[in-house]
Amino acid sequence: MATTVAPRPAMGDLARSFGQPLQVMVEWVGDLGLFCWRVTKAIFSRPFEGAEFLRQLDAIGAKSLPLIALAGAATGAVLSLQTRNSLTRFGAKSLLPAVIVFSLIKETGPVITGLVASGRIGAGIGAELGSMRVTEQIDAMEASAVNPHKYLAATRILACMVALPLLTLAADFAGILMGWVATTLAEPMSLKLFLSNGFHRVNFNDVIPPTLKTAVFGLIIGVVSCFQGMRTRGGTEGVGRAATSSVVISSLLIVVTDVLLVKLIVEFF
Amino acid sequence: MEQQTNPESPIAVAGLRKSFGEQTVLAGITFQLEPGKVTCVLGRSGTGKSVLLKLLIGLEKPDAGSIRLVGQDMASASTKELNEARKKVGFLFQQAALYDSMSIEENVAFPLRRHTTLSADERRARVHELLASVGMDRDLDKRPSQLSGGMRKRVGLARALALDPVVVMFDEPTAGLDSITASEIADLIVEMRQKRHVTSIVVTHNLRTAKTVADRLIVLDCGKTLFDGTFDGFHRCDSPLIAKFVKDAA
Repeated sequence: MATTVAPRPAMGDLARSFGQPLQVMVEWVGDLGLFCWRVTKAIFSRPFEGAEFLRQLDAIGAKSLPLIALAGAATGAVLSLQTRNSLTRFGAKSLLPAVIVFSLIKETGPVITGLVASGRIGAGIGAELGSMRVTEQIDAMEASAVNPHKYLAATRILACMVALPLLTLAADFAGILMGWVATTLAEPMSLKLFLSNGFHRVNFNDVIPPTLKTAVFGLIIGVVSCFQGMRTRGGTEGVGRAATSSVVISSLLIVVTDVLLVKLIVEFF
Repeated sequence: MEQQTNPESPIAVAGLRKSFGEQTVLAGITFQLEPGKVTCVLGRSGTGKSVLLKLLIGLEKPDAGSIRLVGQDMASASTKELNEARKKVGFLFQQAALYDSMSIEENVAFPLRRHTTLSADERRARVHELLASVGMDRDLDKRPSQLSGGMRKRVGLARALALDPVVVMFDEPTAGLDSITASEIADLIVEMRQKRHVTSIVVTHNLRTAKTVADRLIVLDCGKTLFDGTFDGFHRCDSPLIAKFVKDAA
């Protein structure tokens, strides 16, 4: 009886199937490095784009405030609702304000801000710059002797870096306030007492490093979304891809970077 | 035989080659533009006409060959020198490429704001003058998305002329327009040559536009120069592609 043997893939096919994605990835990393170098050079060269930076700070920061504050508020309320039962079981209900405050300012507030901002800001920048690329607006800017890495990318990246810590403070504030509202609805407690219990053992090292680490999240969102937007190819479909990939890659990098930053903060503060 | 370079020529190109992957787009193009004249680059879609313009302004890098733009060798130019050369060149993109986030007025004011020391009032006056010259001095607060294709091209032309360029490059200035609007845009190019005496290079696949505006024709085919001369020579040329152009335009 004849037996059939499945054809083994040739070494060339195997190399191609592994080699092509690897080549794409190496190219992506190389292009990203080149992009970062151009943006860094642009940031430190004159003229400084102060007006455009402020416009982007408004578009990125002020216009994201309601969404970030809402996300922070919801997190604060959920923390209160979820933690109350657990703490009651362990006889530590009096620690509820401190748990809400510590959780929000040290980790939940910064990470929620980073992830929500990567969705709102990352998609916005990716789609805007992508659309400018495919409609030749970026070429037009370059042709009129204006550096798009400075005018479009550097201003947005710096605005993200400045806006994220401020948005984090807003998320923390809204979260703590809603945490108190949820707590006081279950068991009445004055805001003064809630804050006094919550912030009793909080010091600057609990607030400043976690808040400032979101500047790194801002850097990630700004760099990734500007890079993905400015290298868009393939018309409107490409714009959609740029927006999606901006959100996916920056969210992924934020989650991974957060682990490293928390480790560093724990080590040094 | 190597062509003698005219130092007065605002654009001189020699042996220009460009490929994208396996596809050769330009395979050794050589020409010089005469100052104050309009040169049309004619060819079928996909023959590298738009790529040629992008190479000339430095948006793409050539694989081989040399480009001299307003006295600047583009291959050896630093970023600063490249930008100085670009300030002397106006560029009208195929879809006008107006900045969506800015109004019409801001679009035209953009190069003036970046590269001149004009006061806000002087800038406004200059923008109004430029927009009036292309018949677009109303609705200055409108956004590009509120304009028709022809209106966008007019505003794009006003923006291209903002810095009083020595050279203006037009990428398919009449593509996608109805015949009346297309002839209005072509008339604007002629008017611009007569009033401002700028050197222009117009990339098009429309022989009618070329006939209206051009002093000289360069026909590209398969990445090479098929014809370079005046309309008289063009009509006498026995190339099948040129015959087809003439037949289609008739």
